[in-house]
Amino acid sequence: MLQVSGWQIRAPSNLTRFVLLALLSVSLMLLDARGHHLQSIRKGLTFLFRPIQEIAAIPVRVGGAVIDFVRGDASLRAEAERLRSEQPILLARLQKFEAIEAENAHLRELLGTSALVADRAVVAELLEVASEPYRHAIVIAKGAKDGLYLGQPVIDTYGIRGQVSEVGILQSTAILITDPSHAIPVQVNRNGLRAIAFGTGSADSVSIRYLTASADIKEGDLLVSSGIGGGFPFGYPVAKVRKIVIDPNESFLDISATPVARLSHNKEVLLIWPAKSSMPVDIKKPADIKKPVERKKPAEPKKPVEASPPAEAPKPAVVEPAKPVEGEDQ
Amino acid sequence: MKPGHNTRSRVIIASSFLVALVLSVLPWPAWTEQFRPDWVALVLIYWCIALPTRVGVGTAWSVGLILDVLYGSMLGENALAKSLIAFLAVHFHLQLRMFPRWQQAVVVLLLVAANNLLVLWIKNLAGQAPATWGYLTPAIVSMLLWPWLFVILRDVRRHGNVS
Repeated sequence: MLQVSGWQIRAPSNLTRFVLLALLSVSLMLLDARGHHLQSIRKGLTFLFRPIQEIAAIPVRVGGAVIDFVRGDASLRAEAERLRSEQPILLARLQKFEAIEAENAHLRELLGTSALVADRAVVAELLEVASEPYRHAIVIAKGAKDGLYLGQPVIDTYGIRGQVSEVGILQSTAILITDPSHAIPVQVNRNGLRAIAFGTGSADSVSIRYLTASADIKEGDLLVSSGIGGGFPFGYPVAKVRKIVIDPNESFLDISATPVARLSHNKEVLLIWPAKSSMPVDIKKPADIKKPVERKKPAEPKKPVEASPPAEAPKPAVVEPAKPVEGEDQ
Repeated sequence: MKPGHNTRSRVIIASSFLVALVLSVLPWPAWTEQFRPDWVALVLIYWCIALPTRVGVGTAWSVGLILDVLYGSMLGENALAKSLIAFLAVHFHLQLRMFPRWQQAVVVLLLVAANNLLVLWIKNLAGQAPATWGYLTPAIVSMLLWPWLFVILRDVRRHGNVS
């Protein structure tokens, strides 16, 4: 029996409690999934339970330190040697890249689009890999303080890894392109055929859906981000086509592709602020040619001051194929 | 009952849940992910059977919500699943106490499977479910772990005089 302001009431039974809490859970889920009304609550809770994540990360950090210690001098020297020999090759490639970049800018000028501006990138430390069985997500050590925004592309040195799905104050969560709720607009690098790559929930595969049997796509084709939809900039490698199954009973091809980014390696990821012109080439009116890139939108997420040319939020294109379940509601 | 007793029991129960939560998010190689037992469910089932007046649906819900936050899943998803487990465990706690250890383990298998099925079902409704049968393996691993965990938690309870 409970005493509530003079009244004698019975403590709610087990079943009553369960039903009430179940209703509460369902309403929470609806609010969370449909309208993203709980972002601030979630942010607060994430901050509150951060210590649990920190404790869970200790073994990995200690393990890493131990491995570094055991590996010792010799292997570090070998690694330094390898890096040193790799550097001239990369530099040489970069020279060529700069020439191509200049040429590209020139061509774009001729086409009437703004000059190619490099995307701004920031290295972020990977804190941990989210461990829910059905989700592929990583937690990174950058947050709203560093100007991160929802839906921001996350890449590594090989290709696109995913996008930011939750911005905390000091750390954020990003879902990977293999997460079942993720989709990214891509195009075949060889011929520009557009498609959408969906996460499958298995760590080494994305699936390309809605391509008909007549589509010109082959095993081994590289898929790059197409920039359509505005979330991801154009031209970053996403995946390589691994297998194409033609089932005459199905209207679409069953295509699986292997992500190019090393989704389960590396302690560091790159966050990029897409520059405006890394969107696909769109022919504009001649009047637009001389206009500088700085056209700011008012509702722009706050950027750090040292930002190179302000990256304008890309204009929404005609189609909006890739929408993660949580995000894009800024 | 000594005055500090109540607080100490709470602290011990809370710490056991904390350990379970840490184990739930401890990074492992990706391929072991589908074998990760449902630590929170195991600890929850134990306390629900041992002390149904202290740990019940409410506790389960709160811990589930923390799990949602840690996993980044929809808020309420794991909270609902864990309250279901707690509801069933508390409802049948008298029978479960009488069961031999292996029979309890089978019940644990069923409860964790129900939990995972519910989560999978919710994810499906939200359009983010993967096509996998992976929800059964954690249940089986949880079942295999139950006898050991039971002994450990029983010792904790007796040693710490939790009631």
